[in-house]
Amino acid sequence: MTKEIFYFLVFPGLLFAGVLGGFLSWFDRKITARVQFRQGPPLFQPLYDFVKLLAKETILPKYGSPLTFLLSPVFALAGATLAAVFILLPVLGIESGFSGDLLVIIYVLNIPSVTYIIGGLASGNPLAAVGSSREIKLILSYELPFLLVLTSIIIKSGMTINLREIIDVQIAQGANIGSLSGIFGFITILMCVQAKLGLVPFDMAEAEGEICDGIMIESSGSVLAIYKLVKYIMFLTLPALICGLFFSGLELSGINILWSILKVLLVVLLITLIRNTNPRVRIKQAMRFFWVWMNLFAVISIILSIIGV
Amino acid sequence: MGKKTIIPIGPYHPLLEEPEFFKLYCDGETVVDMVWETGYNHRGIEKICESKTFEQVFYVVERICGICSTSHPFAYANAVESIPGIEIPLRAKYIRTLIGELERIHSHLLWVGLAGHFLGYNTVFMWAWKYREPVLDMFEMITGNRNSYAMFTIGGVRRDIDSERAGKLFKVLDEAEKKINLLIGAVMDDPVIHARLKGVGTLTAKDIHDFGAVGPTARASGVDIDVRRDDPYAAYDLVNWKVITAQAGDVFAKAEVRLLEMLESIKIIRQCLDFLQKNPEGEIKAKVREIPAGIGIGHAEAPRGEVFHFVKSDGGNSPIRHKIRAPSYTCIPTFRRSCIGGTISDAAIATAAVDPCYCCTERMSQAYDFRTGKKLYNAADLIRLSQQKTEEIKKQLHKR
Repeated sequence: MTKEIFYFLVFPGLLFAGVLGGFLSWFDRKITARVQFRQGPPLFQPLYDFVKLLAKETILPKYGSPLTFLLSPVFALAGATLAAVFILLPVLGIESGFSGDLLVIIYVLNIPSVTYIIGGLASGNPLAAVGSSREIKLILSYELPFLLVLTSIIIKSGMTINLREIIDVQIAQGANIGSLSGIFGFITILMCVQAKLGLVPFDMAEAEGEICDGIMIESSGSVLAIYKLVKYIMFLTLPALICGLFFSGLELSGINILWSILKVLLVVLLITLIRNTNPRVRIKQAMRFFWVWMNLFAVISIILSIIGV
Repeated sequence: MGKKTIIPIGPYHPLLEEPEFFKLYCDGETVVDMVWETGYNHRGIEKICESKTFEQVFYVVERICGICSTSHPFAYANAVESIPGIEIPLRAKYIRTLIGELERIHSHLLWVGLAGHFLGYNTVFMWAWKYREPVLDMFEMITGNRNSYAMFTIGGVRRDIDSERAGKLFKVLDEAEKKINLLIGAVMDDPVIHARLKGVGTLTAKDIHDFGAVGPTARASGVDIDVRRDDPYAAYDLVNWKVITAQAGDVFAKAEVRLLEMLESIKIIRQCLDFLQKNPEGEIKAKVREIPAGIGIGHAEAPRGEVFHFVKSDGGNSPIRHKIRAPSYTCIPTFRRSCIGGTISDAAIATAAVDPCYCCTERMSQAYDFRTGKKLYNAADLIRLSQQKTEEIKKQLHKR
């Protein structure tokens, strides 16, 4: 039991994922700033943001449900940490996980998005309601291609639904990204992760210029701080999942640490570049993009992995 | 139709640089009706102008808007100079034209940046504003200020541009042109921007005529109007340039018109600098003894469209009536055609596409009861109330 609590709270859960995710979000902001001719934040800025927000007053919305509004960030944090534990344990090679953990990961990864929606609706703000409705549509769009890509990976790895075994197969036979089906799958999952993280071009749930941060509009103080922490954790978890599925996992021993860091940074760099070279699309366009193009890519990936390319 | 929700854009909103209130009545994501509320920015500029001398009014109208801070003095100068019928020196005409066109470049770059920001494309925002810097540097070299240039005066301009400085300006202009070309390429060739802006907020030529919209908003819908060509002032009839129009009328066409106009402006500035360098000597200010009684009308093509100033003089040293009509005043109401029926995301960029300048627009305010819609006070009532209040305070002070 103590081991599980340690996993959840310290490594690779809350503390580890929060700190490393904060670093990755700093990396993202620094690269963004450099692309935009700006100086960018200092290294500890994510920490400063988090601590400052914790110290600020939390304002409860007048026309909402305060309990739901306050609980949803807690559930979001729990869900994100759980996802981090389930993904990082096998990806880092600490524990082999259990049979079928990929299915659990699919569910757990959705908890933060769902709590955003609930929190947004509970705030009683019309702009948050618009944001929530957009987030729902977004989940409906990216979830299917995400599942299809996972199917393609599962077929490729000999019908195993255990993340560690998928990584082991890759270590034995070469990383999934090296094959044609892997490339199609990688493009698809990168877009899905972009949408899951709520970054441009799929940030319409928070669209600052249209609905002033949408689902987050009423969050303040510690509520916003916890949402920020959730974002940090997701910023590590999702790239780590991509590394596990396509780059034969991460390792924490010897010189391999450097490789692991490079892999994660590469994925984050791609995500950052995509968000800096695109405007926000309309929700309709995003849905069409995922349902037509990304599903097509994912299906191609599945067909290719059945053929064995 | 289901229940309508009011989605507020404003009074404080990241989309608007100034306090302003757009009420979007939405059915789901679709905008079914839209109402515009003003009155947050009223400063009584016209009344203030009546208490200043003709010379001082320049610096007041310059502060109507921080972005098009030369177009208002331009139109005012045209208005005042038309009362005695002053012909300003050729050199002053060229310098005025140069300042006006530099302002157009910096205003359009600012708009491109903001439009990028509204689309969540912050890279374009930062790049456009970075590339705006050389233009502001040029302003600083010429006038000493990056904004609010205090360059105009009755009968001419206040500062000269010597040939040495003109040479330096050429260099900065070349640098700016390169960057502007880069930005134009980046914006016009981006497929995602095309997907996002084409067919959004479309205004037909009929809509433009119905609302009397002006400037790039009108030109993007194929309405070929431009004060600089239709009623030339300053040196616009002496330089070689052309009016940019587009036919589509959507947000992309408006962006296209603005981007290409910048290149025309660079062309005009080159010719002005060339003239100033070749003719280094010359008066920059005509002597004006007094402004006789009469009315003066002046207009100028601001970056957003036609600015109109009406000045009435009784032969004294200050205008007895000063009326201003800014371009946004007719451009903003076009949202009734461009936004209704679209989605919230489209409404946001379509309202921003006319480059609204709210502080320019607010000329009069009235207070309404928000439940019944009954008129409570108009400007005169508010002044009367204010005076009553002052009287009461005075009385209380005397009692002590």
